[in-house]
This record gives sequence, structure tokens and C-alpha cells, in this order.
Amino acid sequence: MENTYYDPKDLKKFPKISEWSEELGAKFFDYYGKVFEEGALSAREKSLIALAVAHVVKCPYCIDAYTQDGLQRGITKEEMMEAVHAGAAIESGATLVHGVQMMKKYDKLSM
Amino acid sequence: MSTQSLHKRENELSKTETQLKILSNGIFQNGELPTFKEKLAETNQFPLQPKKLEILQINVGYMCNQVCSHCHVDAGPDRKEIMTRETMQQCLDVIKTTGAHTLDLTGGAPEMNPNFRWFVEEASKVGIKDFIVRSNLTIIEANKKYHDLPEFFKKHNVHVVSSMPHWTRGKTDKQRGEGVFNKSIEALKKLNAVGYGMPDSDLKLDLVYNPAGAFLPTNQASMEKDFKKALLEDFGIQFHNLFAITNLPISRFLEYLIASDNYEDYMYNLVEAFNPSAVSNVMCTNTISVSWDGWLYDCDFNQMLELKVASKVKHISEYNEDILNNRDIVISQHCYGCTAGAGSSCQGTVA
Repeated sequence: MENTYYDPKDLKKFPKISEWSEELGAKFFDYYGKVFEEGALSAREKSLIALAVAHVVKCPYCIDAYTQDGLQRGITKEEMMEAVHAGAAIESGATLVHGVQMMKKYDKLSM
Repeated sequence: MSTQSLHKRENELSKTETQLKILSNGIFQNGELPTFKEKLAETNQFPLQPKKLEILQINVGYMCNQVCSHCHVDAGPDRKEIMTRETMQQCLDVIKTTGAHTLDLTGGAPEMNPNFRWFVEEASKVGIKDFIVRSNLTIIEANKKYHDLPEFFKKHNVHVVSSMPHWTRGKTDKQRGEGVFNKSIEALKKLNAVGYGMPDSDLKLDLVYNPAGAFLPTNQASMEKDFKKALLEDFGIQFHNLFAITNLPISRFLEYLIASDNYEDYMYNLVEAFNPSAVSNVMCTNTISVSWDGWLYDCDFNQMLELKVASKVKHISEYNEDILNNRDIVISQHCYGCTAGAGSSCQGTVA
């Protein structure tokens, strides 16, 4: 057993999750593949969204995968960083908007 | 980026035995990944054999004005291997009788061969259907004596194929050297000015895209769309087709992969992206590659690995298309580069 929680080699083993639940695994990978096809959004746009979400959910496998995917699509590093900031802005906004709850509670409890 | 070839630096990787050993050892020896031969056998495609010859690709020398970090030729200003006029004459004799419809001149920078213009003039007289010169663009700007190349190409109805790794300066210069982007843009404008690459023009100008790093090219058509939009909007430049070419793990690109600790992951990616349907159209099945000293190879990559054709006929001086066509193609693990995804060849994707 590796003495770390994450091993970059595990990304290649992702399809193995189907071995313990073939039906659900197959359904997931089928869905996943469909999601990233060209649609109303281009595959390129979806790749940038995936990169932003990868950072928000802090998935090192996804960050590796979608940085490489972006490079392959000719996405520039400026575009990638802007996508990460878009994700980060929503994430910090989500934290900060709870400040309103804090303010309301504070006011309610204060004389 | 180094400004010298592996050969000049006497780097261990300048020896083809070293490269071939690396490509056969490690992950391919311990069974972690299948060898290319095993992979072909899985889909009953071994041994790989040629179809009808379509392209005669002639490498007129390894000298180049650039030292690109991904170069599979290990070309550079310090390479002195240059095709002689005598060998060119032997090539011309073959061009006159070949069944191939395409003549493809490459290098190095082919224009740096002192007999380049004579060779182009003579070869164009034969009237071969498609006459390609692979020009690195910056050569046009490199020296006054090359400034008239666009006119020269036009005069001989040469089909110009040029490398352009990205439409942004940073990525291009990182792969090909400082200042290459600006010079390439200037050269493309000059080619456009004489009619190359313009819509409906018969003067064909195609661009080659190689990824600037340890990743594979994406869909050629969508890349072409992005390139066309960016080059037109930013610089008013037009071209016809974009060829997306995968970097093969040999020579200076192999050096980069090893130094950046990307070699194993890159080979995994290539093997994972193996596309059995790309195999039947891979370029070694319709191409013969001739080296500066007249030896014959299945492709330009095998030439750089010094893997000569497995045929009784091995040299341009004894060229015989019928005998050559009856051969098995020499393969190693670098071949995975041409069968990954949509496949890769000097003419772009194949699947």
C-alpha cells in the first residue's frame, strides 16, 4: 500500500471501478463520455468548465486530466488560469454570501 | 533550450542504439505495456506491409537554421549531413519513373542545401502531381539570399508545408526558439502576398502543428478552426489546411521526455490512444523515405533511428519499386506515435 492518499497512477486505473459494479460503472462512463461531447457548448468550453470544477472540488486527478486535455485542445495558460479564478470566485463567493446569514443571526441576537 | 544538436553535444541519445534500447526496455520489457508488435498482433495487423507507393519523401540534409526542442531529426546549424548533387541526380532518375504522385522534400531546412534550387527546378520539370517542400518559414527571413523563396516556390508550383506550433508567441518560441514566432508571421505574410494559402488559390500553403510538450494533439479540424481564426484576426494571415502531427518519442523529443520525467506517462498515453483503424493508413504503408546519403527507409522517423528498409533494395542507386513494395515495415515502440488517436503522418491525421 502506498503511504500517501493520492497516487498519480490511480488515474489510469479509474475504469477499474466498473469491476466491482459493472452496471453502474458502465452507466457512469457512458454518461461521462456523452457530457463532454460537442453540444450546445463546445468540447473546448466544457474542458475549461471541467478544469474550474476540478479545482473547486480539489481533485488532483481531475486537475492533471483537464490540464492535459486543455493543452491538447490548444487552450492557453491564460484561459486556464481565468477558468480557475472563475471557479475560485464562485467558491469564495459561496463562503462570503453566508456572511449575510451571520449578519442576520448577529442582529437577531443583539439588542 | 539548447542551441546545439544532440550530436554536437555528444549526448548519449545521439546514438540510435541508445534510443532503440530505451524504447525496448523498462515498461515494454517488464510487460507493463505491450510492444508495438504485440499490439499489432492483437488486431492481426502484424507484420505491417506497404500498400501502393504514393509519396516519395527525400531528406536533403540535416542542416537547419533552427534547433527546435522537439526535433526528431536532431537538426541544427551544426549538422553537416547534406545530400550531394550526385545523390540528387539519383533521386531525379527515380522521380522520373516512380508511381508515387507526391514528392516531399524535407530536412533540416531543405533550402540550406546548396543544390536545393537546382534540384527543385529539375524535379518540377518531371511534372509530379504534388510537389511539397517542408519549409520552416524562418529560413525565408534568415538571410537575404532566401528572401525570394516565396517567388521561387511560386515559379515552380511548389506546395509549401510549414511548421507552426501555436498561434501565440510564447508557445511557439518555447518550442522553436526565441524570435521564431515573429519571423514565422513575417514569412507567412510574404507567402500570402504572392498568393500562397489564399482561398481558392492553387498555391497550396499548409501548416503543421506539433504539440509543444508531452501531450497529444487534439482533433485536427477543430485545431484548424482555432488556428485560422487566430491567425486571420491577429495577423491577417490565411492558409489552407492544418496537419496535426504527434511528436514521436525519439531524438530531441525523447531527450525532453526523459529530462522532464514525462517519458513513461507519454508512452502510456500513446499506447492507451492506440487506434487499430489508424494502422492501415499509417504513412509507412504509402511512403518511402530517402536519406541525405541515399539510403531508403519506411519513414523519416525510421531514418532518424537508422532502421533501413527490410528489403534487398536498400539504396536509391539500386531503387526498384516492385521489390521495395514487397517488404515488411520495420517497427519499434516509437510507432505508437503514428497510431494514437486519429493517427499521425506527415500529411496529418490518417484515421
